[in-house]
Amino acid sequence: MLDSRDQEAPARPFLKLSAVRKTYPGVVALAGFDMLVGPGEVIGLVGENGAGKSTLMKILGGVTAPDSGTIEIDGAPYAGLSVGGSMKAGIAFVHQELNLFDNLDVAANVYIGREPRRGGVLNLVDEKQMRADVLPYLKRLGANFAPNTPVAKLSLAQQQMVEIAKALSVNARLVILDEPTSSLPLAETDKLLEVIAGLKAEGIAVIFISHRLHEIERASDRVLVLRDGVLVGELAKAEIDHDRMVKLMIGRDLKVAYAAPKLGKGEVVLAARGIRTAAYPTRDVGLELHAGEILGLAGLVGSGRTELARVLFGVDPLYAGTVTLNGEPVTLRNASDAVERGIFLVPEDRKGEGILLDLPISENISLPDLDAYARSGLVVPALERVQAEQSRAELGIKAPTVTTRTGSLSGGNQQKVVLAKWLAMQPKVLIFDEPTRGIDVGAKAEIYRLMRGLADAGVAVLMISSDMEEVIGVSDRIAVMHEGRISGLLGRAEFSEENVLRLAVGKPLRQAG
Amino acid sequence: MNKKDLGLLALIVVVGFVVYLRNPAFLGPQNLANTANLIGLFGLFAIGQGFVIITGGIELSAGSMIALLGVLFVDLVGAKGVPWPIAFAIVMVLGLALGLAHGLLITKLKMQPFVVTLCGLLIYRGVARGYTADATAGFPFGSEYPGLDFFVARIGGIPVSVYVLAVVAVIAWFTLHRSVFGRYLFAIGKNEEAARFSGIRTDVVVTSAYVICAGLTALAAIFFAMYTRSVQPSSQGNFYELYAIAAAVLGGFSLRGGEGSIVGVILGTILLQELQNLVNLLGIPSSLNFAVMGGVILIGVLVDQQWGVFRARRRIAEAASVREERIVSSE
Repeated sequence: MLDSRDQEAPARPFLKLSAVRKTYPGVVALAGFDMLVGPGEVIGLVGENGAGKSTLMKILGGVTAPDSGTIEIDGAPYAGLSVGGSMKAGIAFVHQELNLFDNLDVAANVYIGREPRRGGVLNLVDEKQMRADVLPYLKRLGANFAPNTPVAKLSLAQQQMVEIAKALSVNARLVILDEPTSSLPLAETDKLLEVIAGLKAEGIAVIFISHRLHEIERASDRVLVLRDGVLVGELAKAEIDHDRMVKLMIGRDLKVAYAAPKLGKGEVVLAARGIRTAAYPTRDVGLELHAGEILGLAGLVGSGRTELARVLFGVDPLYAGTVTLNGEPVTLRNASDAVERGIFLVPEDRKGEGILLDLPISENISLPDLDAYARSGLVVPALERVQAEQSRAELGIKAPTVTTRTGSLSGGNQQKVVLAKWLAMQPKVLIFDEPTRGIDVGAKAEIYRLMRGLADAGVAVLMISSDMEEVIGVSDRIAVMHEGRISGLLGRAEFSEENVLRLAVGKPLRQAG
Repeated sequence: MNKKDLGLLALIVVVGFVVYLRNPAFLGPQNLANTANLIGLFGLFAIGQGFVIITGGIELSAGSMIALLGVLFVDLVGAKGVPWPIAFAIVMVLGLALGLAHGLLITKLKMQPFVVTLCGLLIYRGVARGYTADATAGFPFGSEYPGLDFFVARIGGIPVSVYVLAVVAVIAWFTLHRSVFGRYLFAIGKNEEAARFSGIRTDVVVTSAYVICAGLTALAAIFFAMYTRSVQPSSQGNFYELYAIAAAVLGGFSLRGGEGSIVGVILGTILLQELQNLVNLLGIPSSLNFAVMGGVILIGVLVDQQWGVFRARRRIAEAASVREERIVSSE
């Protein structure tokens, strides 16, 4: 049985997978996968979408059973796990999309479904007990918030801590973090990596899944690389290296290789001066976008980057300041004003704001310019399909047909649909907000190529990104925001992670020595 | 016509046939004309309700609007001696103005549609009763309507209201299912934010839906006033908004928005009127009227959804056993 918790058995792995195989009709999701996870070991798990990571997680979570192979947890063999069995065996998940109730406080979230009761007729929840119980877990994680804090008031990283506290409270011995940093700002990512180190120190094993390879590099003791259901590489601590991981993941070399602009910096297309947004109503922010250039906009989440983009796209009100387009002042009262003038936004929240998941690809592409696909007010679907076929070919959208429901596409292809609807309309300014979040490495490279192609066609591109690799690898210039202001502009010669970070936290640049 | 509509049509035919077997008067010309007239009247504002529901909204004040605008029309023509075309225009403009007010409160001041139109339901009913001091507004010229007969006339045995509904339905069908504006309505109902981020003036589109709804309701109000010949402000149009919502739901509209069809809402209206008629013809106590209606809607929607679940499962089972399909792992 599983009573070896207190025994000293450093040699025995907590989790051992042997020859685990899982097939779905027509596809081998996992082809004989082996894995050992020791207590207190941090395993980085990387692979493109479709590599088999999700299947592996489903097997460990007890959602699906392997066709063959064995799972050994703490020495006890299983042919397959149930959801409850996985939890009892000490495996806990922290998903990319957090499963928290933001209308409840921290303690209530940690103990949801198993609240301590006071007994009696009404059997009320013992709030006091619950809060007292949660406190030690929060302390262990170094959390700086109280058990009675409403979850809605916490930052994303803090919310993840709540999930991890939940894992601790059920005595998890293996915590699986699925893309935990994809929505975290830089500073909060550091905090999460500290928490992972803390778990490790307590002998709790961690499987860390991420597309952000720099964080994998920093956090992991060992990295496993999956491709097409096969373990294609295992890197020991000393061997963990960004390029090596990418090469293993896609089977070839791929860097965010900087492509210099063809035209060079052109005229100023869009100039924003003295902009005040709802986030920082007392601070002025301004920037200039040149034709043919990709301007990276870095900064911590909450620094006002997204708000600036929303103002430029007309969806948020402009409280002060002016926006000029090709030298002419423009009024942007709503997105329709911006779209008419050729200022487009690829929003951060792709599914909520970028596309309509239930509509076919063709109808998503035609939506912003529907009048162009209509004759006397009536939409002509054939015209929509012609444009959609053209976009599909140009952007390499992978879909069975152009009338396929957009929601059934992968993240990268959905993003291409968002892009397609703007490209069909001759953009002057294209603003990308976190353009590759949750998109796999291969699709990322394609998006970067498209961005560069746009810039070379004379479009002014603004790219907001929290992904350091992306900011440094793609931009021609970088503007960094700190608390509602541009804290610095970097030319390519000054690009470095350190410089961007220093500006992002409001410190001056070090003098080059 | 989609499968859902065909199912509804089949249900209408089967119920009709059963009622006919029990009481042949169901298909008598008099009963058919009466029922058709009611379908025409209810269909008008049910289509309006459909436009609002497509956006994910709701219009609860339709019944009260029918009372208020009806009282006003009868009073203007009957008591004040206003020529009917002018009274007609006044009532229509007032109706459209109420719709505009609802739309602006919802889109500009960000109030919830349920709240805005619930207040409308209370306010218009109250104003209608206050306007006549709770007395019935009627025409002084008895059962004759000089110059107004055509509202309740029959052409070729078919009531005028049916022709009006047919014209409105065709226009509404093209508007909702073929026009740019209709596409915007569906897009907003599915995801208002994404529609807004595509440069659609969502506030204008949503407001227009409420204006269309109120306009059709005003038109229906005049027909109802002419049909009932006098308007009792405390009872005219009571619960009518719920008939419209029920017709839309039966016709396949989702109250979450983004789903529905004109054919569906009309078939829904036909079924509801058929049920009303059935209660009368089969000698069921008319006090049970609402219970029959509620029961049929409940069972209808339940069967429809369960059938959908069943079909989806069967599809997956077939796909899993027959076709080799590459499963793209979810992210």
